[in-house]
Amino acid sequence: MIDFSIILAGFGGQGILSAGKFAAEAALHEGKEVSWFPSYGPEMRGGTANCSVVISDEAIGSPVVNDADVVICLNQPSAEKFEPSIKPGGILITDSSLFEYAPSRDDIKFIPMNASSIASELGSMAFATITMLGCLSAATGCFSRASFESALYEILPERRHKLIPGNLEAFDKGAEFAK
Amino acid sequence: MATKRVLMKGNEVIAEAALRAGCRNYFGYPITPQTEVMHYMAKKMVEIGGNFVQAESEVSAINMVYGAAAAGARVMTSSSSPGISLKQEGISYIAGAELPAVAVNIVRAGPGLGGIQPSQGDYWQATKGGGHGDYRNLVIAPASVQELYELTVEAFNLADTYRMLVMILGDGTLGQMMEPVAFRDEEPIKVVDKPWAAVGRGGRQTHNTVTSIYINPDDLEAKNRELQEKYKYIEEHEVRYEEFGVEDAEIVITAFSTCSRICRNVIRQAAELGIKVGMIRPITLWPFPSAPIAAAADRDNVKAFLDIELSAGQMVEDVRLAVCGKKPVYFYGRMGGNLPTQKEILEKIIAIHEGREV
Amino acid sequence: MAVVFEKTKGLTDKPFHYCPGCHHGIIHRIIAESMVEMGILEDTVSVASVGCTYNSYEYFACDAVQAAHGRAPAVATGIKRTLKDKIVFTYQGDGDLASIGTAEIIHAAARGEKITAFFVNNAVYGMTSGQMAPTTLLGQVTTTSPFGRDASYQGYPINVSELISQLTGAAYVERVCLTDFKNIQNAKKAVQNAFKVQQAGLGFSMVEFLSTCPTNWGKEPIEAMDWLKEKMIPQYPLGCFKGQDIDFKNLGQSDAEVKS
Repeated sequence: MIDFSIILAGFGGQGILSAGKFAAEAALHEGKEVSWFPSYGPEMRGGTANCSVVISDEAIGSPVVNDADVVICLNQPSAEKFEPSIKPGGILITDSSLFEYAPSRDDIKFIPMNASSIASELGSMAFATITMLGCLSAATGCFSRASFESALYEILPERRHKLIPGNLEAFDKGAEFAK
Repeated sequence: MATKRVLMKGNEVIAEAALRAGCRNYFGYPITPQTEVMHYMAKKMVEIGGNFVQAESEVSAINMVYGAAAAGARVMTSSSSPGISLKQEGISYIAGAELPAVAVNIVRAGPGLGGIQPSQGDYWQATKGGGHGDYRNLVIAPASVQELYELTVEAFNLADTYRMLVMILGDGTLGQMMEPVAFRDEEPIKVVDKPWAAVGRGGRQTHNTVTSIYINPDDLEAKNRELQEKYKYIEEHEVRYEEFGVEDAEIVITAFSTCSRICRNVIRQAAELGIKVGMIRPITLWPFPSAPIAAAADRDNVKAFLDIELSAGQMVEDVRLAVCGKKPVYFYGRMGGNLPTQKEILEKIIAIHEGREV
Repeated sequence: MAVVFEKTKGLTDKPFHYCPGCHHGIIHRIIAESMVEMGILEDTVSVASVGCTYNSYEYFACDAVQAAHGRAPAVATGIKRTLKDKIVFTYQGDGDLASIGTAEIIHAAARGEKITAFFVNNAVYGMTSGQMAPTTLLGQVTTTSPFGRDASYQGYPINVSELISQLTGAAYVERVCLTDFKNIQNAKKAVQNAFKVQQAGLGFSMVEFLSTCPTNWGKEPIEAMDWLKEKMIPQYPLGCFKGQDIDFKNLGQSDAEVKS
């Protein structure tokens, strides 16, 4: 795997940046080289947020992604903005319970997933991005469920470890959806 | 068993590295995209009993650095381009008074208020002096979060050794990105005596004075000659760079920091097309690795150089001086906070290879 | 023969370069004497600024750091934060402290930095040959207010002590002059009070000295002294603006953070 690249995008507050960190941490756990790069600037609360994650067996070149293997979007503007950045044969994952989207390209794989509905059923909207990570993992194999679990233990402070089973359930639902 | 690698932001790693290097004094003023350095220091410095002061301006911050350095402490400040411009006065005084200090510039695009996205447009300011008078700063350009850590620790050693300001020149990409970093159990801290420091006489017969003023022209010229001798010694002993693929390269890329990372991937792509491309990556921007570039220019296999920067072309002037007209030196740069894409650089390489580039 | 008076050990043997009738010499001496009398000479770092006293470190026998124009309070902050158990003072003129260094002095005071600023106000830029200072009086002729300072054109003088005394971080602020023995003794007491405040860690302390500048005022020394009394004191009244309630007699004995 060389420079496998992911863009995650949506509104600020949807957990975009954290989801990116989980993905990077999970791949790091597998001994991969990883980078995570956020959009930064004078952005308002609730404005758009995105981050790029690169996973590789070799030293990573640019942490800024122009050609993504996978783009994960939690809102319509992000999908419109980043669809052109997907490599031919790449994947676009959207949260279909938040917005309807029809990609204009036919050289990419499109996975509309009702992430927010699944999250809502699990009791927290915060799980939406986690279900999408499950979908990402199952669809591409860029990191395993076990690594994701390790990432949760690594990143979440101990007082929040009680949330880990819920996160794993969300991850599994997303993974099931991908199959 | 390899040391555990943790995922951290570049800016936070700079702060952590400074603390590990024994720096207990940080003075700064907030500015994007380096604020995480401050945030980290604000918390950790206080926890370990060090000094953190949010100054009223960059001008004050660098003068606090000057004071703490004069008192013999390991001290750091960090900022981004417009803030570094404000610090130039103090940096010149630090050079004149020969004080050890570390300054971090997480460069953003200018001129003026410019933008907040990554740039390398402060290369000239960093390497050619920046403030008034004949002086140099040692300038280090890390290319990864791991290097930010190791070279920041080293910056403190170099500052103490040579009694001068060492600047870590990063950019918004490097400061904002997270990458794995493996910390050492123990840092290679070089302990340097500072008998010149103004710490109170404490029984000393004479009093120490830290100053940059020499009213008598002969005294000032002598001081300048001393400084120039020091700089010459540093040019002979402290050049750092990374070189690869030059021995059979048709084209040699020169690029530092973030640009060198992008180029590394392009070199792989070019090889797939049968074009052999090497790279010389300066790690110290001053002293500049002129010798390896000159040596590459003398090689028969090397037909051309390609310099890649996040600027209108600043380091390329030093590359051209080193190449000295022996081979063509081409340039490609992006500005305003944009990064060159691999595709753009590859197209440039193909054009040079096919003789289309002029 | 018994020695009845000798030069303080707080000063070096280097002769002052100040003009005849200038008060810097007196101010240097009372600061130096105070350091010796208080036993802090070996534990003090002075910060020289830019102006006529740019090389005050050649006269004071304590360790010293020379600062850029106006930045002495920031430099002193860096020193004091590093050397918490030492005494740190700045020596600044009115151009340095009240013009180019306004931000530095205000914020050092606001932070309550445990440093002392000795502020010499002679209502004019001395070193650069008599330009208007922030403290130049209305109507006063200088090389850059050749028709006299006009409020509608050049604004008003800044009363620094009054301004600084408004800040909570400032623990002790006093304005003094040096026109006669009594005032010099009073000024010396203010210097020692300021050092005591620093020793006790009460916060920022400042002494403002009204000083003559016969050369740039175009006056004979005695005439200059009279002008100071008649013109400057009405604009800059003498007195303690902050810290009137401090019990200086017992300060720095029991609750001192540093050895006194």
